[in-house]
Amino acid sequence: MPAVNLGLPSAGAAIDLVDGSSVSSEQAELAELHHLEMEAIHNGTVASVHSWELVTAVDGPGTRMTLFLSGCLLRCQYCHNPDTWKMRDGLLTTLDDLVTRVKRYKGVFESTGGGITISGGEPLMQPAFVARIFEECHKLGVHTTLDTSGFLGKSASDKLLDNLDLVLLDVKSGIPGTYKEVTGRDLAPTVAFGDRLAERKIPVWVRFVLVPGLTDAVDNVDAVAEIVARWPNVERVEVLPFHQMGEDKWDKLNLPYPLHGVHPPDNELQERVREQFRARGLTVF
Amino acid sequence: MTITEGVRSDKDATQAERPDFVSGPWQDSIDLRDFIQRNYTPYLGDASFLAGPTDRTTGVWAKLSAMFPEERRKGVYDVDATTPSSITAHKPGYIDEPNEVIVGLQTDAPLKRAIMPFGGWRMVATSLETYGYPVSPELEKIFTDYRKTHNTAVFDVYPPGVRRARNSHLITGLPDAYGRGRIIGDYRRVALYGVDALIAGKKNDRAELDMEPSTEDIIRAREENSEQIRALKELVQMAASYGSDISRPAVTAKEAVQWLYFAYLGAVKEQNGAAMSFGRNAAFLDAYIERDLANGALTESAAQELIDDLVIKLRIVRFLRTPEYDEIFAGDPTWVTESLAGIGDDGRPLVTKTTFRFLQTLYNIGAAPEPNLTVLWSDALPDGFKRFCAQVSIDTSAIQFESDDIIRAEMGDDAAIACCVSPMRVGKQMQFFGARVNAVKALLYSINGGKDEVSGKQVAPATTPNAEEILTYDTVFPAYLETLEWLAETYVTALNCIHYMHDKYAYERLEMALHDKEIIRTMACGIAGLSVVADSLSAIKYAKVRPVRDETGLVVDYTVEGDFPKFGNDDDNVDAIAVDVMERFMTMIRKHPTYRDAIHTQSILTITSNVVYGKATGNTPDGRRKGEPFAPGANPMNGRDTHGMLASALSVAKLPYSEAQDGISLTNTVVPSGLGHTKEEQITSLVGLIDAFTSATGYHINVNVLNKDTLEDAMLHPENYPQLTIRVSGYAVNFVRLTREQQMDVISRTFHSH
Repeated sequence: MPAVNLGLPSAGAAIDLVDGSSVSSEQAELAELHHLEMEAIHNGTVASVHSWELVTAVDGPGTRMTLFLSGCLLRCQYCHNPDTWKMRDGLLTTLDDLVTRVKRYKGVFESTGGGITISGGEPLMQPAFVARIFEECHKLGVHTTLDTSGFLGKSASDKLLDNLDLVLLDVKSGIPGTYKEVTGRDLAPTVAFGDRLAERKIPVWVRFVLVPGLTDAVDNVDAVAEIVARWPNVERVEVLPFHQMGEDKWDKLNLPYPLHGVHPPDNELQERVREQFRARGLTVF
Repeated sequence: MTITEGVRSDKDATQAERPDFVSGPWQDSIDLRDFIQRNYTPYLGDASFLAGPTDRTTGVWAKLSAMFPEERRKGVYDVDATTPSSITAHKPGYIDEPNEVIVGLQTDAPLKRAIMPFGGWRMVATSLETYGYPVSPELEKIFTDYRKTHNTAVFDVYPPGVRRARNSHLITGLPDAYGRGRIIGDYRRVALYGVDALIAGKKNDRAELDMEPSTEDIIRAREENSEQIRALKELVQMAASYGSDISRPAVTAKEAVQWLYFAYLGAVKEQNGAAMSFGRNAAFLDAYIERDLANGALTESAAQELIDDLVIKLRIVRFLRTPEYDEIFAGDPTWVTESLAGIGDDGRPLVTKTTFRFLQTLYNIGAAPEPNLTVLWSDALPDGFKRFCAQVSIDTSAIQFESDDIIRAEMGDDAAIACCVSPMRVGKQMQFFGARVNAVKALLYSINGGKDEVSGKQVAPATTPNAEEILTYDTVFPAYLETLEWLAETYVTALNCIHYMHDKYAYERLEMALHDKEIIRTMACGIAGLSVVADSLSAIKYAKVRPVRDETGLVVDYTVEGDFPKFGNDDDNVDAIAVDVMERFMTMIRKHPTYRDAIHTQSILTITSNVVYGKATGNTPDGRRKGEPFAPGANPMNGRDTHGMLASALSVAKLPYSEAQDGISLTNTVVPSGLGHTKEEQITSLVGLIDAFTSATGYHINVNVLNKDTLEDAMLHPENYPQLTIRVSGYAVNFVRLTREQQMDVISRTFHSH
């Protein structure tokens, strides 16, 4: 796996994370290391990181340092980053190193109205780290965004939410059966997390990935729109047309790609779906 | 330096004609900055006041546009093959005489190119042969037997080391066969003072020179002064042939634009300079335009028409050049760079309505690469202007941005960009253009003991070839420095030879007539391939690089095991290498005395030579393959900047301007959706990105907002994209005029999608 090189003087040596389930007896030494690592992840002083990028206009307002954490419990058929599924594939990186980089971009965030976005993978696989880095960011006056499916919303502490300015919430489908087909998991936790965000009036941008033949059914989209419409804190809905740019990564990982040959949605379909959201008074892109 | 004593103009006449300009020191001596500061009106609003094109503008442009396809097909539209060009050589020419508001062409017809043999006869003869025009035997005899050219003279004095470095593509693009360019006459002087006053000023200078002892320097200065006065007189004649008396100052806005243009036209009639930049004229012209608007002599539409018509003229400046030249400077560029905006020393923005009007030409007559509209960007510019710039950039990809804060700190608030990124004080500074060295090849030479990795020839002085199994930084880097030391010396030697002879045989009489007596000269060196060097050294330092030797022991390839930090990801581990190499090379350059005591500078800029340089360079330790283009300018290598456009830009922003005072060029391409969903969002994003880049001491950025599909379609159907403009490296080109190779290079660059 590509190492995440932060290009900064490193406070702690970066070590490949070993997944607990695969530790064999002859790897006792590694297991011990693993124990320490897991403890560090649990208390949030390190994170398993896939990569970072400075992005503009996609992961929240302005130019953002988007940090992709490793590890996700969902197995979305259209996932374009299957290399972020396993936490052990990431590179252990200390909170200090990451905060140093955030500080470096404070000027960028000020110029562009940006901030930090924690994405993944599923960032709520490492909730203690997310809570800590958001707290640090707020101390620095940096805007915070969480990009999540909401499936692990329960793991987000109130303290985490206290330091959260915006959530990019993926509502991957509105019908529980379809949700399960798309992701392999249940819809309900996402809805519950959305409700919690609504109660706390944390701004939300909802994202819905439109895949022809998978998520595009009229009733599925309607169901998403119904769910979203009851959250007054939703500022916008982004309908993201499915693209095939992830296929290479599935191939590289020797994973069978379920959406081989599926075409991106045409403009007509995209417009139909956006209209379904608009009809409920939502701002749609 | 000392400011010119300048002219004491005929005050009575001037005052009578220009009662409502605020008076000041500019009336006592040549001081354009003082005039502008006292008389310009900053504009803090948005673009809503702007006017569209008049029918007249649209008509003139349509007439020209109909000629462009033939020009593109043939390479040139027409050539006057028998009249060596001078300020007065050609009769007046028009595009559509009754409908032209501003007049004047380089020759007697639009798009007809002139021959300018003083730089070198071979360039003229080769160009004529290429395009199927007869080579006049009489002229050939004159410029071979009777009149020595710059080109011949330079080769008379080149030492063997320079010839070797030149032949092996270690140093290329040198202005030893063509005009050096990158000199900006202060064309505004003609409009503000009239030529008579300028001649009077030059005569004062001469009187001073006559009192000095006749040393070589003084004799040369006297001869140059005489040439300058002669050129100014010819300029008056040329303008008179178009019915204008520019011996006196311009009075109206229309005259100011026309006088300014005549002055520039004189320069491009006389010199085929690599870059014939225009200066910093918008705020100056605005003073006249504001006055005419106020007294009812102009409407907004008529004011826009003046600028549109001027820009039409600037778009059709043409030079006759060879295909080899076009490889280095692709797309027939002339670098009619106009520097816009910036902030004054007093904090007022130098943004005027005319600054907007220049940008508006890109809508009124469509996108185009020339004039090379360059915005001197500062965080402190008014928001309405910033947003309009971003909008124009998104819509046309035709403008570039340079850090006003850096330029102003160094050169004050009346500096302009020559060519792509070279700043200079207008009328007070010029440069000796020096193209660039291939820093990548130098690295390969240092590993091969001074031998060329392609030909195997000994080019640099023989040193011990690297004998390591796995290259170590501690061995490679010192050897590289040794090669660079030799290269720096050879390079400055070449430039001294060139500029001595250029002054002697192809002196820019008119452009220098529009300068002060005492000027700053810079010796503008340059580096190509910095990101390849940085990545190669990073690979050696952080991964395992094994040299692959051929049967003669020459290292011809490298295998790389493991990953290494790559320039363009805001990673200090490798970015520091790039900074180190550039700082060290600058220090080496500074060790060598220069012709006319020019101040040593360098640029990190390639124009489009990144393609030819790459073609001539073997495999490199970073994994780049033989012949593959370098990244342009200071850009990270294509596809290796994986942390987003701004991270890429921030790596480049680390290169310190103090060690590259001739400029550092970055070209970025972003797809429109990478800036936001709506136009408003995209504008906000782009303003923020440029602010963030310049705030991080970034110097220059070209922004292309384009989808790759558009470029691919334009390659297949060029006829549908006559005005598709793309920024390459400090300038813009019509995409369809690039060679296929260069088009592929542009398409293979990183398109930042988010």
